Amino acid sequence: MSQRTASVPILTAQELVIARQRPRRFNLESIGAMTLLVLFTFYFLVPYFWLIVSSTKNAGDLFGTFGFWFAPNFNLFSNLQQLFTYQDGIFARWLLNTLLYAGVGAVVGTWLSSMAGYALAKYVFRGRNLLFSLVLGAILVPTTALALPLYLLFSGVGLTNTYWAVLLPSFVSPFGVYLSRIYAAAGVPDELLEAARVDGANEFRTYTIALHLMIPALVTIFLFQFVAIWNNYFLPLVMLSDEKLFPVTVGLATWNVTTAGTSKFLYGLIITGALISTIPLLAGCVVLQRFWRGGLGAGSVKG
Amino acid sequence: MALESVTSLSPSVGKSPWFWRRRGLTPYLFFLPFGLLFLLFFIAPILYAIYESLFRSQRSGLGLGAPTINFNGLSNYLQVIHDPDFFAGVGRVLLFGIVQVPIMLGLALLLALLLDSTVVRFKPFFRLAFFVPYAIPGIIAALLWGYLYDPGLSPIVKGVSALGLGTPDFLGVQTVLWSIANIVTWAWTGYNMLIIFAALQAIPTELYESARIDGASGWRIAWRIKIPLVTPALILTCIFSIIGTLQLFNEPQVLSTISNNIPTSYTPNFYAYYTAFGNNNYYYGAAIAVVLALVTFVLSFGFLRITQRQAGV
Repeated sequence: MSQRTASVPILTAQELVIARQRPRRFNLESIGAMTLLVLFTFYFLVPYFWLIVSSTKNAGDLFGTFGFWFAPNFNLFSNLQQLFTYQDGIFARWLLNTLLYAGVGAVVGTWLSSMAGYALAKYVFRGRNLLFSLVLGAILVPTTALALPLYLLFSGVGLTNTYWAVLLPSFVSPFGVYLSRIYAAAGVPDELLEAARVDGANEFRTYTIALHLMIPALVTIFLFQFVAIWNNYFLPLVMLSDEKLFPVTVGLATWNVTTAGTSKFLYGLIITGALISTIPLLAGCVVLQRFWRGGLGAGSVKG
Repeated sequence: MALESVTSLSPSVGKSPWFWRRRGLTPYLFFLPFGLLFLLFFIAPILYAIYESLFRSQRSGLGLGAPTINFNGLSNYLQVIHDPDFFAGVGRVLLFGIVQVPIMLGLALLLALLLDSTVVRFKPFFRLAFFVPYAIPGIIAALLWGYLYDPGLSPIVKGVSALGLGTPDFLGVQTVLWSIANIVTWAWTGYNMLIIFAALQAIPTELYESARIDGASGWRIAWRIKIPLVTPALILTCIFSIIGTLQLFNEPQVLSTISNNIPTSYTPNFYAYYTAFGNNNYYYGAAIAVVLALVTFVLSFGFLRITQRQAGV
């Protein structure tokens, strides 16, 4: 099992080479498959296209013109200007907050996961199986179920409505520990660690050597955590009441509740804000596509 | 490279702090930072929620004085078990899951098989296009689709009625659950497809190259060889989907601002949130959260057990 896991990225590369060498056939089967794929491409991209189109419209055109095409007036820049100046530019602050939560949370979470996973994979110690079972069980416990009790716990010690309220829980990633255990078991040879010890490296130095071999796993864990925190809505919604601490998800949703009552003016801001908030992750996905595939494979082969 | 870094370590011998030299203690030290936070922010809240759920806040007389907090035993749980709103919510998400999860995973499997097949071109483009929704935060996806359902704004509603086909109501009593299903399918199919696709790519091609030479069709190879081999990935995606379905919150919350057909008890998670923060009944909210977490755990763990026994994976 673990051997297969280790060879995932290599096989992926081989597969790609083979795929390229195959002759391309054009027949009924191919046309049918392509039609299906194009149809679903429309399904997945059209709502996003609507978002792009709508962010270039002013409030009147948003309701008055056909949604799936651009209006004669191009208002993207004035929308952006309104978005970043509304309520003293709080949207920019929300973006920075999100970056802080996701960046710091993912870096610390990845580091803690790598150490815990390495310990579970490379040492035999009393309680190891129990700890690993706890981690596995924790993957099945949904984080939203924890948000409410966490709020009660944090309000008892006065931590609610602070940056820490969102940061601290996001340091804990059972799935990250699980992934890093798999990678450490499969990708870090025991001989290397023994060699380091024979040469006099202490256990922490030995771990840092193993860390070099675990870099693909670390990137995967980091990305998983980063996206999970970036997209998180429930935890910050529960924890925060000060608008200045909001991540962009909670901020935009709050504006949405306001529009339901009063101003149509906010629709444009929410739509433009939604578009802006998707750009960093989309850009990241395009750049880091290769890492995503290798990492996801390792998680799923083990089941 | 590995050798270099090993030899460069030699000078540090003897300077190691004592706790990095005792092998028996080391694994615990490595586990400690995660373990401590895991205990504080994972185990403790669960225990605390269980503790809180045993109490009840009561106001005496006219409700003017400070409420007294009484030990309530298991009666909050009895109340949850007999709460028709809670059960309606659980029933709703179960119905949702039975319909939506197979559709989404079937679609994800189909798309992954197509992208893995030999008959398709422009694979990187399609892969990226299907993955776009995953990069959009769930709450933003819900807002986006909310606008596409909102009769005042939606080009879909306007387009269909302009064609003289009547006015579709995406937010009606009967339809709104399936409108939510559409949002979830849109947002998560690409992610699940990528997990299955990665598993497909990990299958050694020799396993089906000979079948191809023997003249087996693409569908036959997919059905007989590929799908059985990606079963672990399918199980993984299915478990994540079960967990996600039972926790539904974002979509109903967002759509409840534009639809009158989503009460605050629409999904169990939504109900727990409103009980705790809308009605300030933290104790009953905690009880709902505990029961929901228990139901989720039992269902996902049970599913894992059954499929493992059946598939032998």
